[in-house]
Amino acid sequence: MNTLEIRWHGRGGQGAVTAGEVLASAAIIEGKYALAFPEFGAERRGAPVRAYTRVTNNPNIPRTPIEKPDVVVILDKSLLKHEYIEGLKPGGYFIANTPLKPDELIKKLNLPNSFNVSTVDATSIALKWLKANIVNTAILGAVIRTTNLLKIETIINVIKSRFPGKIGEANAMAVQEAFENTIVMKLQEAI
Amino acid sequence: MALETVKKAIPLSTNHAIANAVKDLDVDVISAYPITPQTTVVEKISEFIAKGELDAEYIHVESEHSALSAAISASLTGARAFTATASQGFALMHEMLHIASGLRAPLVMSVAMRSLSAPISIWNDQSDLFNARDSGWIILFAHTAQEAYDTIIQAYKIAEDQNVLLPVMVGYDGYVMSHTIEPVITESREKVIKFAPKKQYPYKLDPDKPVSIGAITPPEYYYEFKYQQVNAVNNSLPTIEKVDEEFGKTFGRSYGLMECYMCEDAEALIMTNASYASTLKAFLPDIRKEGIKVGLLRVRLYRPFPLQKFIEYTSDKKTVLVIDRAISYGAPFQGPLANEISGAIVREGLKLNLISVVAGIGQRTVEYEDFLALARLAYEGKKHKETIFYGVRE
Repeated sequence: MNTLEIRWHGRGGQGAVTAGEVLASAAIIEGKYALAFPEFGAERRGAPVRAYTRVTNNPNIPRTPIEKPDVVVILDKSLLKHEYIEGLKPGGYFIANTPLKPDELIKKLNLPNSFNVSTVDATSIALKWLKANIVNTAILGAVIRTTNLLKIETIINVIKSRFPGKIGEANAMAVQEAFENTIVMKLQEAI
Repeated sequence: MALETVKKAIPLSTNHAIANAVKDLDVDVISAYPITPQTTVVEKISEFIAKGELDAEYIHVESEHSALSAAISASLTGARAFTATASQGFALMHEMLHIASGLRAPLVMSVAMRSLSAPISIWNDQSDLFNARDSGWIILFAHTAQEAYDTIIQAYKIAEDQNVLLPVMVGYDGYVMSHTIEPVITESREKVIKFAPKKQYPYKLDPDKPVSIGAITPPEYYYEFKYQQVNAVNNSLPTIEKVDEEFGKTFGRSYGLMECYMCEDAEALIMTNASYASTLKAFLPDIRKEGIKVGLLRVRLYRPFPLQKFIEYTSDKKTVLVIDRAISYGAPFQGPLANEISGAIVREGLKLNLISVVAGIGQRTVEYEDFLALARLAYEGKKHKETIFYGVRE
């Protein structure tokens, strides 16, 4: 791996920014270089939010928005639209929070067969463990399952130190369940 | 290499890296007033105090004017003092900026650089800091969270040096750096304090020996006080250089007064600072692949301006393209940095083509293609009389 660029799409309050930060933090703890930053704006609950994470083995990392991501992660089903997948590199990964299976999502959105698709019902997992539609930690489980970028234990440790106590424990369970239940459809299978 | 394997980086935003530096420096007094995008600096410091990780007076003031007033007063009693600001808050403390330097208060302030109203913009540019360049402070810019952490530590050693005794501000880009998570190596307090031991203001205020300072000064004397500041700022340069070298010996990281990156075989240089410098470092290898032989001239120390370094780095170059993220309205070159580089060129009789570019105002995004276009402009080396307002819609 030289550089992996991840773009997150969610709605204000779902934790897309935090997801990006947790992933970068875990990468740094595993000894990689990483940068995480949101698309800066006047953040409002419910508004579409973008965040970016770059993970690399190069100490010089650009601070510009990611236009051609290797991975697109969508946290909210209302954002499962082509405009949010724009720029995703061929051979990249599209990771979605949806109860649909990858082949069903591909059919529903009429997706091109140029990238891998993963799905997880992060909303149900978040409601089960957190009693709230805050899907960022669950979706991290899907990101790790799909990309094998980092150890799931590192992600869980970062979450537990960021959210100490019961909240951290519940989020750790959500990560683990999402990790185990993510369905990954590799490009070659899709073709 | 041994250092790198022993020290482990932790994920921090530049704001939190600065808060960590304040903790590790055992700062005595912090005066705080929130303003975006600085706020998380002072929030984090208050958390350190609440957890007992830092034993300091934390003064909640009613405005930034008071924030700097309190920090000045604290430093003049011999305390190690800190405050942080940005944008409108920075503008509000402008009066006190001159009082800090005039009273030679050795305090440190971080600036998460942001645009100025009106119209309101919460986004990044450098209008706030460049507005304050003539306030008699030592001014340094950081281009990574690591450099911000390290520079705050260096700043106290510089400010409190008995031959300097000047306030120091450390600027970095709001949001693009202030709220970005990146790897930072922090040091133990023991090691930091050993490097930058507290040196109290030598003429400190003492209730048992009351004195007045900064009192009204008639025309027969005022000019000499100001001229002492001229000398103090100019003469601080060797100390700043020495502190950075010592920092390198102690912690394994040093930055120089000005950095020239991919410089040796470059025909033209792009001069910029803070986040644009870190981004350009990442982009330069790809820009070079296009056959465009440019390098980066990164402004780290801005006041006093390291003129000899500038001459050294540009001696064999044809063109320097200066990117300003602030506007000097109606000036011959309308970027403040370009304007003074033109002064340096005249003063030294340099044969250097200067291209003045204003970009990134109110955080208008400058992406790879834009840096590539600017690099091409520098490499072509044509004369551009007017400042180029890059990316603006007319």
